[in-house]
Amino acid sequence: MSVIAIVLVVIIAFFAGMEGILDEFQIHQPLVSATLIGLVTGHLTAGIILGGTLQMVALGWANIGAAVAPDVALASVASSIIMVKGGDFSGTGIAVAYASAIPLAVAGLFLTMLVRTIAVGLTHGADAAAKEGKISTIERLHLFALLLQGLRIAIPAALLIAVPASAVRSALTAMPEWLTGGMAIGGGMVVAVGYALVINMMATREVWPFFAIGFALAAVSQLTLIALGAIGLALALIYINLSKMGGNNNGGGSNGGGDPVGDILNKY
Amino acid sequence: MMAETKLELTRKDRMSVAWRSQFLQGSWNYERMQNVGWAYAMIPAIKKLYKSKEDRSAALQRHLEFFNTHPYVASPILGVTLALEEERANGAAIDDTAIQGVKIGMMGPLAGIGDPVFWFTVRPILGALGASLAMSGNILGPILFFVLWNIIRMAFIWYTQEFGYKAGSAITQDLSGGLLKDITKGASILGMFILAVLVERWVSIKFILGLPAKKLSEGAYIKFPNGNVSGTELQRILSEQASGLSLTKLAPNTLQSNLDSLIPGLMGLLLTFLAMWLLKKKVSPITMIIGIFIFGIVMHALKIM
Repeated sequence: MSVIAIVLVVIIAFFAGMEGILDEFQIHQPLVSATLIGLVTGHLTAGIILGGTLQMVALGWANIGAAVAPDVALASVASSIIMVKGGDFSGTGIAVAYASAIPLAVAGLFLTMLVRTIAVGLTHGADAAAKEGKISTIERLHLFALLLQGLRIAIPAALLIAVPASAVRSALTAMPEWLTGGMAIGGGMVVAVGYALVINMMATREVWPFFAIGFALAAVSQLTLIALGAIGLALALIYINLSKMGGNNNGGGSNGGGDPVGDILNKY
Repeated sequence: MMAETKLELTRKDRMSVAWRSQFLQGSWNYERMQNVGWAYAMIPAIKKLYKSKEDRSAALQRHLEFFNTHPYVASPILGVTLALEEERANGAAIDDTAIQGVKIGMMGPLAGIGDPVFWFTVRPILGALGASLAMSGNILGPILFFVLWNIIRMAFIWYTQEFGYKAGSAITQDLSGGLLKDITKGASILGMFILAVLVERWVSIKFILGLPAKKLSEGAYIKFPNGNVSGTELQRILSEQASGLSLTKLAPNTLQSNLDSLIPGLMGLLLTFLAMWLLKKKVSPITMIIGIFIFGIVMHALKIM
């Protein structure tokens, strides 16, 4: 990697780190950060493919309340660097880089928790500043915490770059086929955990039938994701409108609309 | 010390608050979570509304209280709070508890909308759309994801903050109203539908384990004549081949082809259900992820997958 490329990768890592906590622009999502790292290191296509593959795994990872999901930012930045340094931009190289991202995502969790704990101290600093009415101190403390979140990814990224490329490459080639092949297979299955997290969050008895319809229709490979999205959206609109009609017609009715659609079906 | 003219937050002030609200989680901490970020977002309004050091200090302190919600739905809460602070600065009797009450009262239900709508519907759908393009190396994948997401997000935070500002405290009543309920339900229906699609298409489990070959019945395979082949025979063979008859008497048979004949993606679905069940049993997702990798390696080493 050239000096410019290294500086740019560290800057991307810094932004990914800040975004990992802010969750606004989504620069930390693999789709964006792996593509950017691919772009600045001159391996755009490989970066895009790696980003897409990793994105599929990370779809269901979200920070809910005080819980933190595996660190997407570290996973995508580190796996991109591993791919670039490994020098293998074929399907296998991408698969290995992608599989290596998962343990890193878990390790990144501890760094996130560390910074969030440090931020408790900063909050007390903000309290003191508020008593004095010092607005700019509060602003600085806030941005300092954000800076730490950026460094949380930028420092590991810089360390990973500092490791000689030959070491990364020999570590990757030293991996036997049963390990890399097995990790690729595991990578194909591990997506299920993310989906399970989301489904557990959303599933109610009312919406399960839509899951069944979606699953059955997905087997029709001619339907693109956009077509399926249109079907899903239409189903949701139809369902909501039908339940309203049921509510209006039977609102004060004898069977008291606990199940508006059922009421409509009964009428036919 | 009532001001002569009514203090008012201009559109520019409100835009400044909206911009800063994007940094809400910057100093997220385990004690009061988004509190400093919230104060940071309120600062342009505090500067505009309160001039004395004591007033500013009091305002900063009441906005450093505990706060935590989904980062985007903080915007309507900010809007309402801006309206309340504006009234207060103009002399209305709105005390700290009222402001804190509105914040706390709104953050829970609104987080309940923000999480399923943004994290579990919009992001998975845009992410899957982008990723499916990106996996074939198409640059449109990341671009679509990034642009669409940020248009939706920025429009949402600005317009809901404006809505909150105009509606003032009335918004709290609307929360129990029908519109938001419809949106949440619609999002969970669409979300479940798309999730099923993703499970079917992207959880990939392929068994390479072979089963004893199936003997095909007469007529299901092409009979090759011994010796030389005449033109008409060749024509028959080619047309039979085109109509999909097997080349050999024995059809290769794998575990995977049998599973696929039930419904493609079945094993992925079962794995997802297993993961859901384990999550309910409080097994950590991280343990599961590591477990799945080990399982994959073992099954591959045994030549089953």
